[in-house]
Formats: sequence, structure tokens, C-alpha cells
Amino acid sequence: MTLQVVAFYLFASIVIASAVMVILARNPVHSVLWLILAFFNAAGLMVLLHAEFIAMLVVIVYVGAVAVLFLFVVMMLDIDFASLRAGFVKNFPLGIAVALVLLAELVLGIGAYRAGALNLGAAEGTAAPIPMTSNIESLGAVLYSEYLFLFEAAGIVLLVAMIGAIVLTHRDLRSPRAHQDIGKQVRRNPDEATIMTQPAVGKGVDL
Amino acid sequence: MDYATSLYLTGAEIGLSISGLVLLLVSAWGGARVTRLVTILAAAALFGAAIFTGHLFTELSVPAAGDAFGGLYRADDFSSFAKILIYLAVIACLMITPKYLAANGIYRSEYPILLLFGAVGMSMMVSAVDLITLYIGLELSSLSSYVLASFARDDVRSSEAGLKYFILGALASGILLYGMSLIYGFAGTTDYAAIRLAFIGGIETGALFGIVFVLAGLAFKIAAVPFHMWTPDVYEGAPTPVTAFFASAPKVAAVAILMRIALEPFADHVDSWRQIVVFAALASIVVGALGAIGQDSLKRLLAYSSINNVGFILIGLATATQLGTSAMMTYLVIYVVMTLGSFTALLMLRAEDGRPFETFSDIAGLATRKPAIAWCLLLLMFSLAGIPPLFGFWAKFVVFRAAVEADLIALAAIGIAASVIGAFYYLKFVKVMFFDEAEGSVVKTSPIGQWIVLILAGIIVSPLGYFLNGLLDAWSSDAAASLFYLV
Repeated sequence: MTLQVVAFYLFASIVIASAVMVILARNPVHSVLWLILAFFNAAGLMVLLHAEFIAMLVVIVYVGAVAVLFLFVVMMLDIDFASLRAGFVKNFPLGIAVALVLLAELVLGIGAYRAGALNLGAAEGTAAPIPMTSNIESLGAVLYSEYLFLFEAAGIVLLVAMIGAIVLTHRDLRSPRAHQDIGKQVRRNPDEATIMTQPAVGKGVDL
Repeated sequence: MDYATSLYLTGAEIGLSISGLVLLLVSAWGGARVTRLVTILAAAALFGAAIFTGHLFTELSVPAAGDAFGGLYRADDFSSFAKILIYLAVIACLMITPKYLAANGIYRSEYPILLLFGAVGMSMMVSAVDLITLYIGLELSSLSSYVLASFARDDVRSSEAGLKYFILGALASGILLYGMSLIYGFAGTTDYAAIRLAFIGGIETGALFGIVFVLAGLAFKIAAVPFHMWTPDVYEGAPTPVTAFFASAPKVAAVAILMRIALEPFADHVDSWRQIVVFAALASIVVGALGAIGQDSLKRLLAYSSINNVGFILIGLATATQLGTSAMMTYLVIYVVMTLGSFTALLMLRAEDGRPFETFSDIAGLATRKPAIAWCLLLLMFSLAGIPPLFGFWAKFVVFRAAVEADLIALAAIGIAASVIGAFYYLKFVKVMFFDEAEGSVVKTSPIGQWIVLILAGIIVSPLGYFLNGLLDAWSSDAAASLFYLV
């Protein structure tokens, strides 16, 4: 049990610490990096509870989605990459430290997972886990039978989200501005497409 | 689990979803030409769903209920009553919409489709007897609402309304979900009946936190004080037909789930949530009455009026009795009629150049320019103020009667006092329309759909509405009885 408890406190404290750092970090890119660290550790907590499917989902959905978000942030914000690189040597020890912590967590997490699930105590009436069955099998057994109604309804929620995105952003492409007339492009000749000017030294061109 | 029964009981939702999907295909291939057709078909689908639900309402013997999908969903008189009200309100919203959206160049076939899917979400909400069903239904209706709020995407105010609604709504969903996870953690189940069994011996502090969070999340959805801040901005910014929708159908659904969650899983612990509901009720009544006084924008004023009305509805919940629940159902019906009527009147008031009337100075002397609309508005405003011969008085009367019988006399007294304050701005409407000098602009003619809704609303809130009383009382008490069936 001790191994699991040590692993639990390690994961839990890093989740909280990195969540605080998400708020405190001044640079949005750093915030996102701390967020990813928080998600990884939350996934670790799920592994300790033997909810490996949720752990996988957290990593794939959240870390994956956040990685895309990160890309957007980098694209949208005006970030000076030169100044970011300037701190590389200074921040190198911190980076190594985080990497080492993650490595330790990985080893601890796998060890704790093998040692058995962390028992947090279940409320009265909770269904006991079926032995020798993986999470995915248990979920699959009820998702398309017992929870069919909700599964289909969740599909409609996603459809509405899609309709919403299209309603709010889609513009009719047949509007004149976006229209491309290939024949007209081919018919162009140098005489009407170019002009010759001889600007004086130091003067701009009048267009 | 019996699939045939389950599919039969959820027939209204399934029918609406399928028609939504088919109409989506129709609009994808038909383009702008079929918008009107899609609107009519959507209204027809909703009408069919209402008829089917009415059939269930009369067929299911009182107060027995039909559970579908292994206890995720319940079709009982309570849900049928709320669903019929929701479907009819959405049909009314479809009827008043086309002209307004067409005049603004945003009449597209996604509008009726989003309303249709929103109606599916709302009817899942009122039938939910499981926290997961509740949440998915709520998200379905909220997501379509967010999009509808910013449907006029080229209008800055509409986009702002949509963004504000989305961010605050997401926050409220998060709070609600957190509360649900706490309840699940302490009860070990998401099923209402099983949650009730789990807490039969007493309720832990953690689960109490869960209840508070769930109530806070739902209070946001019904715009009860102190979670009302978004309402005036969103109501003002969203296109007027969308505002009419926000103030009617989603409120019915949110109030209905609030009633079910308070009175089914937590019926044994009324004392642990009553003070929250009492506070929200009083604060909503007072803020709704005082906040509206300084407003010049008619839409903002009606937003405060809806906050005020939610307070009165919550008084019924605070009683936690069958009489109070029945009073809430009656109040909801009359409230929806009054709200839809007043927003329709607002929608019909347009200058010759198409500019909508937005402030008090626009409607000055309306009685000489458009007497029919002015008289309908007079009826609606007097009814909202709760002045006796009109039907709005009856709504307030039943709620206060229930409060007095449940020994909540102080609550009833403060409510009555605040409703007198609230009467001020409703009367100001009438004073401006009938006694102020008329200004130059002429009112444009309105389409027949808007006239139908306005005149129907006018007739129902007029003293003629009391003829509906026997029927309304019987239905409301049937609906309330099915909530208390297990007690």
C-alpha cells in the first residue's frame, strides 16, 4: 500500500502545484505547458485508481486538444521567439528537473499500478468492479445497451455543436469577392497587367 | 430493459430528433429556397410531438409513470405537462420569427432546426430521472441557445450576447457538473431514486456541497438572483424572437428539472436546500422589481421582469408541498403566455424604415398609432403586474396561497410588497402608451403569425382566461401529484 500512497501524494501535489502555476505564469505559453503537466498528473491519479481507460482519455483528449490550442496560441499571439530562446540556458536546470520528476512518476506509477488499485473507499450501493475485466470491456458492455439513449443523445449534442460552428462562421463562397474566373486569368496579357514607371531617386511609386 | 416500451415512451424525443435530421438534409440540399418550408415542417413536427405527449398524458393513469431505458428517463404527468408547454412555446417562437429574421437578412433554415434540437434537449431535461440524462439534455438545449443568441452574427450586440451567454453558461455547467460529481461520489449512483435511498439516514457535508452547487448551476439557467447578471445583456443583444424563446421554453425546462431534483432525490432533506431557494426567490423578486425601474430599453425591462417572475415561481418550490408544485405549474403556463405575448408585441413594433422600437420614447402615444397592439400590451402589462381581473393575478394568487398554507407567511408578505414595487414599471408602459404625446414614426404592418400569437396571448391573460381555470388546475395538480407519487 505504501507505494501507492507515495505515488498518490506525488501525483496529487504536482497537479495542485502546476494548476497554481497555470494561473500565476505570466506567459500564456508557459501557462499551457503547466496545464499539460497538470493533465499528465491527473492521468497518473486515474492510473492509480485502476481507471486506465480514463487515464488514456485524459492524455489523448486533453493533452491532444491542449497541444492544438497551444499551436493556436503560438500562431495568434505575437511572441518574441528570440527572447524565449535567450532563456534556454538559464531555464535548462528547471527543464531537466521537470523531466526527472516525470520520469520518476512514470516508474512510480507503473510500479503502483502493478501493486494494485488504491482503495479510496466506495459509497454504499456502488457496483463492485468485475475482476479480470478491463475498463474498456466494462464500458463497452453498457455503453451501447444500457446507456444507448444517452450515447445517441450525446451524438446529437455534437451534431448541434457542428451546426452551430457552421452557422456562425460559414460564408457563402459564391459571393463575388471569392469568385475565380479562370478564363479571365488566362486571357490576361502583359500589356494590361503591367505598367512601366521611372520614379525619381528617393521618391516612391504612384500606384 | 424493454426496448419497445422505452422507444414508445421516448417517442416525442425520437420523432423530433429524426425530423431534425431530415430537415437538416432538406436544408443542406435545398439552400435558401426551402427556409420557409423547413420552418413550417419544424412547427408541424413539434405539433405532432405535442399531440403524442398529450396522448401519453391522458393514457398514463395518474400518477403511475413509465420508466424508459432502465431508469434513465421517466414519462409521467409532470414531464408530459412541461413538455407540451415547451413544444407549444417553441411553435409560437417559430410563428413570430420569419418576418423579423428576413428583414434582417438572417432568415436561414438552421434557425428552426436549432430550435427543434433545443426542444429535444429540453424535453430530455424534464424527463430526466438520472443525473447524466439531465446533464446531456441541458447541454443540448444550452448549446443550441448559445448559437441562437448570436444568430445575427454580423451584429456586434448579438455576437457579444452569444459570447457572454456561452462563457457564463459553460461556467454554470461546470459548477453543476462539479455538484453532480460530489453527489455521485457520496451516493455511489446517478439515479434519483437510488440517491434518495443512499441519503435516507442523513446527508453528509460533502453531498450537501453537491446540492448547493447543483442548485447554483440551475439557478444560473433560470436566471435567479444572484446568478442573473447575464440576463439583461443577453436578452438585449440577442435578436428579439430569440429573446422571446429564451424567456419562455428553456425557463420552463430548467424550472422543471429544478423541481424534480429538489423534490425527488432530496425530498427527505427539504431543510438542507429550502433556505437557498427562499433566498434566491426573495432576491430575484426584489432585484427584478428594483432593477427594472431605471431601464429605458424595453428588452432589458422585460429581462428584469422575467427575473422577477422566476422569484415568484421559486416561492412555490420553497413550500416543497404538492400544492406549491401545482401552483408552480400553473404559474409557468401563465408566465409563458404573458412573456411570449409581450415579446411578440415588441417584435411587431417597427418603424416604417424597419427600425425596431427599443425605448420608451419610441412607444409614446402608441394607443393613437396602433390601438390594437397598445390594448393587447395593456392587458399583458396589467397581467404581469398581477392586477386582479386579469389572469396574471391568478398565477400570483395560487403561489402565495401555497406559501401561506406552508407557513411561509413572511416570504409571501415580502413577495407581495415587492410585486407592488414591480407594478410601477408595468404601469409606466401603459402610461407612456396611452397618455404621452405621440411621435411621428408610423408602425409597419405585421405578419399574420405574430398577430395570432399576440391575440391568443391577449385573450388568455384577459378575464376570459378564467374559463381555462378548471382544466389548468386539474392538469397542474395531476402533474404535481406524479412528482409526489413516491413520497
